[in-house]
Amino acid sequence: MQLSTLTSITGIVVLAYILELLRRQQLREKYAAIWLCIGVVVAPLGFFPSLLDSTARSVGVASGVSLVLFAGFVLVLLVSLHLSWEASRLEAKTRTLAEDVALIRSRLAELPDGAEGGEAR
Amino acid sequence: MTPDGRRVLIILPAWNEADGLSAVLGEIKQQLPYVETLVVDDGSADRTAEVAAAAGSAVARLPFNLGVGGAMRLGYRYAREHGYDVAVQVDADGQHDPAYVPALLAHLGEADLVIGARFDGEGEYRARGPRRWAMALLSVILSRLTHTRLTDTTSGFRACNRPLIEFFARWYPVEYLGDTVESLVGAARCGFAVRQVPVAMRARTTGRPSASTVKAMIYLVRAGLVLLLAVIRRMPGELKELAPGSPSYAAYLEEQLARRQLATEG
Ligand SMILES: Nc1nc2c(ncn2[C@@H]2O[C@H](COP(=O)(O)OP(=O)(O)O)[C@@H](O)[C@H]2O)c(=O)[nH]1
Ligand SMILES: [Mg+2]
Repeated sequence: MQLSTLTSITGIVVLAYILELLRRQQLREKYAAIWLCIGVVVAPLGFFPSLLDSTARSVGVASGVSLVLFAGFVLVLLVSLHLSWEASRLEAKTRTLAEDVALIRSRLAELPDGAEGGEAR
Repeated sequence: MTPDGRRVLIILPAWNEADGLSAVLGEIKQQLPYVETLVVDDGSADRTAEVAAAAGSAVARLPFNLGVGGAMRLGYRYAREHGYDVAVQVDADGQHDPAYVPALLAHLGEADLVIGARFDGEGEYRARGPRRWAMALLSVILSRLTHTRLTDTTSGFRACNRPLIEFFARWYPVEYLGDTVESLVGAARCGFAVRQVPVAMRARTTGRPSASTVKAMIYLVRAGLVLLLAVIRRMPGELKELAPGSPSYAAYLEEQLARRQLATEG
């Protein structure tokens, strides 16, 4: 099997998967924009891996393939950094929510007996 | 309750609107004594929630900012839990004149979603530059999707009936332009009928608008992306059970007929 067969199939599958996730409303707009751009760049590169050869040589990299590897590595690094940032924000919000629930519970406990209506804890 | 027996809730998404809110709520109370109001305080840093409660409105406070879409979703869930027949979305900054609410309510008989729209005869306001192109693009495409003429698709002045309250309580897009464009596309794609009523909007009474002309170009690009996503996205199948043509919608129509008969007799 040729290298270009492997990479082109991968490119198409990745793009199709991104589109399907979007269609099912499982990717939010902010992630969708990033992944659509990545998909649109990756798919043609899969068909013509040699596209980058001249670009690679002009920035001092021996072949297009190693440039793709390098760029891919940097990209994955950035994406995981972004996810860490999002996870930190989510953690801060969960914390706020937990505190709010605790405050509401203490309010409920302050209510006179019988006024709660629901299940008592 | 309206003279014809409908319970109406006005939902006001508010973010740091303490300055103008009591005037807005006062005006609503004076002109529309038969409606109830819910202010959704979206993690405001000022006294929005206190001001709203002092003016006699129900208040729902979110622990942090969720955006207009997130606030409206909470509003529709509240409307569903409290059994309202109609939910009207009105800006908390005084741009929407409550005097037009009866016109919105009157058109709910022929449509499920009624939008108070500018650029349709009433009012003076005209947009310029890229923002205007974006609005024109949205109008053309959304008019085709909804089979009706729409001139102001990003208007946040809208009224919807009970089946649509149920629909929005289950599915409400919370992303950029979700509360206006995407919710409209979603409802239309599931078969709900949309109409517009011409209104004039006022200048903001306090604070400043969230959109500046500098951001208009980005707005154009993002509006295009949102529209694309809204059209290719698949609507959850169980939502079709609420749409016109379903048994639950037929039951709703029958109930409305009975209510109207009761109102004319009494
Ligand atoms: N809940 C919520 N409401 C918001 C937010 N941003 C703006 N609003 C409210 O949405 C309404 C319209 O906002 P505005 O900035 O005037 O938008 P414009 O009229 O489209 O320029 C006002 O009632 C604001 O208080 C937000 O992040 N969350
Ligand atoms: Mg406004």
